[in-house]
Order: sequence, then structure tokens, then C-alpha cells
Amino acid sequence: MDKLFRYIASTQIWRSIFRHGYPDTPRNRTLAVLSNVVLHLHPVKVRRSGIQLSYTWCMGGLTFFLFLVETITGLLLMFYYRPTAELAYQDIFALREHVPIGVMREVHRWAAHLMVISVWLHMYRVFLTGSYKPPREFNWNVGVILLVITLLLSFTGYLLPWDQLAVWAITVGTNMARATPFLGHEGPGAALISFGGLNFIHAGDDVRFGLLGGRFVGEAALMRFYVLHCVGFPLVAAGLMALHFWRVRKDGGISGPL
Amino acid sequence: MGQLIKDLADWLVEPTRYSLLTTALLAAVLIWRKKLTHPLVFGASMLGILAFFLFAWGDVNFKAIVTKPDNVPILILLISILFFTWLALRRAVLNDERIERGEPTLEGELSKQKVFTWPDLVYVELICMVLFTALLMVWSISIEAPIEEPASQARTPNPSKAPWYFLGLQEMLVYFDPWIAGVLLPSFIVVGLMAIPFLDTNPKGNGYYTFNERPFAISFFMMGFLLLWVSLVIMGTFLRGPNWSFFGVFEYWDPHKLEPMVNVDLSVYFWVKMLGMPRPESPLIREAPGILLLLGYFVAMPPILGRTFFKKMAAEMGPVRFNVMMHLFLWTALVPIKMVLRWTLSLKYFIGIPEWFFNV
Repeated sequence: MDKLFRYIASTQIWRSIFRHGYPDTPRNRTLAVLSNVVLHLHPVKVRRSGIQLSYTWCMGGLTFFLFLVETITGLLLMFYYRPTAELAYQDIFALREHVPIGVMREVHRWAAHLMVISVWLHMYRVFLTGSYKPPREFNWNVGVILLVITLLLSFTGYLLPWDQLAVWAITVGTNMARATPFLGHEGPGAALISFGGLNFIHAGDDVRFGLLGGRFVGEAALMRFYVLHCVGFPLVAAGLMALHFWRVRKDGGISGPL
Repeated sequence: MGQLIKDLADWLVEPTRYSLLTTALLAAVLIWRKKLTHPLVFGASMLGILAFFLFAWGDVNFKAIVTKPDNVPILILLISILFFTWLALRRAVLNDERIERGEPTLEGELSKQKVFTWPDLVYVELICMVLFTALLMVWSISIEAPIEEPASQARTPNPSKAPWYFLGLQEMLVYFDPWIAGVLLPSFIVVGLMAIPFLDTNPKGNGYYTFNERPFAISFFMMGFLLLWVSLVIMGTFLRGPNWSFFGVFEYWDPHKLEPMVNVDLSVYFWVKMLGMPRPESPLIREAPGILLLLGYFVAMPPILGRTFFKKMAAEMGPVRFNVMMHLFLWTALVPIKMVLRWTLSLKYFIGIPEWFFNV
């Protein structure tokens, strides 16, 4: 077996891809990490405490893994889904009825729930180990924004099945925006923004209208949420994740006692 | 016997008692952490929860609410939060004992050794990915994602719930107006979280679990995260039914359950009940007691607490940090204060000016 692996590792094809030998020597183990675009997110060597599960809980890594799962399953779901009020529900229903062994929607939904939980637990662990303390203050802030984006990703995706559960959950969630101080038409201070008795902030132009593209959760809201869910937020999340991981390295790796 | 346990459980999870119990539980765990985080105690409590589940499984109403596909993640959340809180506190207790004896912490011993990422870290990540892929596949094959009737603006389902992670905020809607519950409080949560590293000037406890070295930080965070967020999510999922009425876990979700609505403004308490006169016309005078009370709370409390309870902290943090922290703390505290006043005095608003949509 070992011989076979060594043979494969010595072929020209293998060596054109991986520019190091069989990783059982310190040099090759170093090169395995340094010369691989995915693995070089890691440092070559890590603290023993940093790979101990009872210390790190693996929740940050798990969140990233679930993000990848969401990206792949979400891409597959986009093949079957048309974001219009007439077709959205039909398409989701057809996924259940017509696609043999179709579990992609299930994987997408359950992984999304898990991702929210794993983000919370990641934050919990980072707080309890004091890992937000200098020099990691900035990265904690990036993490908080990523937490918010994770919730927004899940929230925008919640609407897409376009069933009663989806529409009314989003209605409840976005109704709060009506009451934004000054900018929502039922918020305190909104009446102050008026000119000659004419209110500038009303149901047709307040924050909620801007979020939904209408006075209620309708066709325009579906399109907005779809675009944000599939393109907008994932792009922002990916960018911030790159920053987050890079800063983990730059701020001294997985935290440990100073 | 079975019915008695069910009635007792339903009685215990009524919102007032539920909140008291969860608060008391967290306080007890933090105070007696040395004894209560013993693996045997934790194992026994987990077995107790398991036994309760097995017992409750036979109940139609319990099963209906717990096995709802979208509620399965909340069970995972509940169990993982219990487990990880225990794990963190257990390690904190062990570390605190080591620090007292002058030994390095659990993490301190290991952090001096360095290992190669390939293979030591890479294989942990690989196993983690394989396990969770398997878990997701099994979960997805065994439980179908829910799909209800097509969307309709004409029919409002009862209850209409926000996505589960926002249920804590929806619960806040019972006690606060939407501009506080839906806009102000979430903004404070995000801003407050981001401010943490700049407010916490304690250099200790960086990179290892500890409780003794940062008791206030950990207690405050656990109060916010466990009591005011996770526990309200769990309550909103399992205990809030039609009309956002409260239901015990063994209770049938009856949409006709009546709940008396007799909440009274602070101004009514002050003018009508205390002084025995009608409330003044002008909103500002009418609501003066509440305005003064809240102004007093936010203006007077920071210096008072800074000179008494938090004297040492105020000196260490400096005035700017201390005041920002105190205001975030007072807002956090206002939430349970308002909840308790609602339950005990049926208080509706401290300041109630519906004319301007300004109700606190």
C-alpha cells in the first residue's frame, strides 16, 4: 500500500499538481501546507492547545464548512427555482414531488439552521476564552458582522419557499421596521419629518417599504430577498470570511495563553 | 402520577416561573460551579433530562411541538448550549484551581508544544467534515423540510412566528413597543457585542477558560446570551402558541385560550391611583413620572453604581469606558426589570405617549 502511494506521488501528473513529496518528513509536511491554496490558510505549525477539541469546539471551522455546504446545495437548488410569486411555491413543491431522492432542499435548510447555532457557539467559545482581547479586537468585530450576515442570509432564505410559513415569518420580522425611529411610518419622531403639514415618512416610502419594495411581502420582496440571498450576502460573507481567517493568522493564530 | 408530573411541568414553565427558574439555575451553577460542574452531576442531570424526554414522548401535545421539523434544531441548540456551558465552566474551574496552586493552565501546558498542521490539524478537520456530512445526510433523509400552503396575504396563520433565531426579539414585543424590541434592542446587541473588546480592559483570561479572573464579564455575557437570548428562543418556540398565548409543553394549543389584558400605564398608577385625580391633558406633564424615573435610571445609576458596587471596575476602566458599559448594562437590565414589573404590577408603559408613537 505504502509503495503504491509512493509510486503515485512520484508520477509526473501528481508532481505537476502537488509540488512536494510524500508528506512524512518535516520538509514535505511544511510544503504540503505552504504549497496548497486551501491548506495555506493554516500556519505550518499550530499550538497543541489549538487543535484540542475541548478547547476550540471546532465551531468556527464547522461554520465555514456549513457555509460551503450551503453554497453547493444552494447552487443546485437554483437550477430548479424561479423567484416569482406564481412559480416559486410550485418549484419548491416540485422539488419534493418530482425529484427522485431529492434531499438538497433538506440539506440546505438543516445546514442553515445548524450554521446559525454553530456561529452562536463559536462566539460563545471566543468570549469565554477571552479571545477577543488584544490583539484580536478587530477580528472580533469582523466576527460580529459575520454573525449578523449569517442571520440575514438565513432570514432572506426563509422567504423563498413562498409558503404561509415563509411569508408570515418575514411579515412578522419586517413589521418591526415600521417602527424605526424617524424612518418608519409608525416610529417615534416620524411625524417630525414633515413640511407644511405634509408627512415625508408614510407607509409608501419608509424603511420597511425600502426593504420589501412594497407595502407588504409581495413579488418585489421575493425578488429582493432572492438576489440578496443568492448573490449579495454570500459575496459579502465570503469577503469578510477571507478577512476573518487572514486576521486569525496575523493576530497570532488560534488563541492560547500569552 | 404521570398526570401530576405533566401538570407540575406545565405549572413550572409559566413565563414568570420559567424566567425565575432559569435565572436561579444559572446563578446556582455560577456560584456553586466547583460542585455543580463535576462530571457526575452533569451526567446525572443529562440523564434526568433524557428520562423526562422519554416520559414526555408518550404525550400527544408534547410530541406534536417537539417533533415539528423546524423545531428539531432548537432541541440541538438546547442540548449543545447545556453541554458547552458545562464544558467551559468545568475547564474554568480546573484552570482556576491550577492558577491558585501556581501551575500553568490546561491550555498553557499544551500551547508550548507545536505540532504540524499536516497531519495533526488537517485530519481533525477531515473527520469533523465527514461526521457532519453524514449527520446532515441522515437528518435530511429522515426529516422532510416543511412546506405549508401557498402564501396568501388574506389568511394569517395563528400563531405567526418570526424565524426561530429572532423569537427572543418577538418575545420582547410583549413587553416593549416594536421600535424598542425590533430596532433599538437589536442595534444595542450588535453595537454592544462590537464594543466588548474595547470596554473590557482586563488583560487576564486571554486564551484560556477561567471564571475567577473575570467574574463580571462572564456572568454578564452569560446573562445576556443564555437568559435573554437562548432561553427566550426556546420559550418562543415551545411555549408560545396561538395569539402568542402561553402554553405548557403538555398543553393543547387552543386558539380560543383567553388571557386577560389589564395592563396599566405608570401614569395611571401615579395620577389616578396615587393622587386620585384624572390624568393631565398635556402628554409631557401626564408622563412626567415615567420620564423622570427613566432619566433618573439612566443618569443617576452609573455614578451611583460606580461609587458603590462597581467601584473597583470604574477606577480601572476610566470614565468613558465605564459610562458606555453602564448604559449597555442598564439597557440589558431594563429588559428583565420591565418583564418582572409586567408580571407583578401589570405595568404597560413607563412612558406612554401613543400620540407620538413614543412608548417605553
